[in-house]
Amino acid sequence: MNAAAKVLAGCKPMTRREIAARLADDIPEGWYVNLGIGAPLQVADYVPAEREVIFQSENGVLGMGPAPAPENINRWLINAGKQYVTLRPGGSYMHHADSFALIRGGHLDLCVLGAFQVAENGDIANWSTSDNESAPAVGGAMDLAAGTPRLWVLMEHTTKTGESRLVRRCSYPLTAIGVVKRVYTNLAVIDMTNEGFAVRDMVPGLTLDALQSVTDAPLRMA
Amino acid sequence: MINKIVKDMAEAMAGIRDGSVVLIGGFGSIGQPNVLIGGLIEQGAKDLTVVANNSGVGHVGLAALLETGRVRKIICSFPRTADPVVFEKLWREGRIELECVPQGTMAERMRAAGAGIPAFFTPTAVGTKLAAGKEEREINGRRYILEEALPGDVALVEAWEADRWGNLTYKSSARNFNPVMAAAAKLTIVQTQHIVELGTLDAEKVVTPGIYVNRVLHVPYGEPTVT
Repeated sequence: MNAAAKVLAGCKPMTRREIAARLADDIPEGWYVNLGIGAPLQVADYVPAEREVIFQSENGVLGMGPAPAPENINRWLINAGKQYVTLRPGGSYMHHADSFALIRGGHLDLCVLGAFQVAENGDIANWSTSDNESAPAVGGAMDLAAGTPRLWVLMEHTTKTGESRLVRRCSYPLTAIGVVKRVYTNLAVIDMTNEGFAVRDMVPGLTLDALQSVTDAPLRMA
Repeated sequence: MINKIVKDMAEAMAGIRDGSVVLIGGFGSIGQPNVLIGGLIEQGAKDLTVVANNSGVGHVGLAALLETGRVRKIICSFPRTADPVVFEKLWREGRIELECVPQGTMAERMRAAGAGIPAFFTPTAVGTKLAAGKEEREINGRRYILEEALPGDVALVEAWEADRWGNLTYKSSARNFNPVMAAAAKLTIVQTQHIVELGTLDAEKVVTPGIYVNRVLHVPYGEPTVT
């Protein structure tokens, strides 16, 4: 059993959906939020409808609602992940230059992205795992990461083979430098500070030493 | 009398030259003017540079254009939508050049082109490999890179409603790149679901004023399929 497996055996890691729910708890009413494609999109499911949080999709939708019932699909209304969505009352559309002006201009309160790696200096790598893959495809990741004042990352704490995703320096191609503010993993919630990673909370049964044993970058309690 | 509504595809595509930079609207298939793309294939212009967010799906629309071998280069943010079989094959065989541009930078480069701004500084991509070779400057303590405007010779645009002056509205998220591209090209060609009488579009709701539009073709194709 490797170190990661031993640590995980001693506690109950969160599922993707549990991480999304944990993150959703920290989004207050009134925030404008962009959720990245993939696991971050699930965060919206855990913000109760009575707490008004306004979701943006970078393809020009502000005030995005949940997926429609099959009989109510608007075939011209998709999100950035190219899934059918709805528009909430009060929602609006804009073109791509305005949508990214909104993002780059720092008007969103929060962006949540997935990542391959986050470094202790706030760097994020989430768009490419190698310099020799097929065609490079960045989408809106770099604009969102560089443009949003508050970037939270939602990801597994380690890779499938047990390597830490919280690192001293990213080895994968960077998406943006020095931008991550907080990381939500299946094991812990960790803030980015001027002194590196600071653990806010951990799943029950986990100790800082155990968490450190599966984390490359140094950790301290917040 | 101004009448930008053309009678057929041949008139819509007339004069597109080899070597043109062609801006093609749409985010995936939503808002992508597939009928006009078919017209461009028929028209036969070659050695094209295409600017589009994605690189086409399956063998239809943009993918069909790439498959003709008449596209020298594609500028796009995400060439890996579901099933990009045609693009992937051309790219692996070295038969198409790719310029991968962050989505917001791509949109802003075209917006700048339409607005007479030759270049701008942006924080997007600073410190990444997509900033390689680009001029960097620190402004008020933050790093930025210089990006140049991206004008088109031709824009192919999908609208929801159009009148004979070329005033346009769009449908939901099918707006996406279309208004930006309409303003960034010398020759803007529109396919529209609906033609309406001049004066019936609510002036408060026109998204693209007709000044940006040269030709309008009525294409009531019904509903798009998401890809």
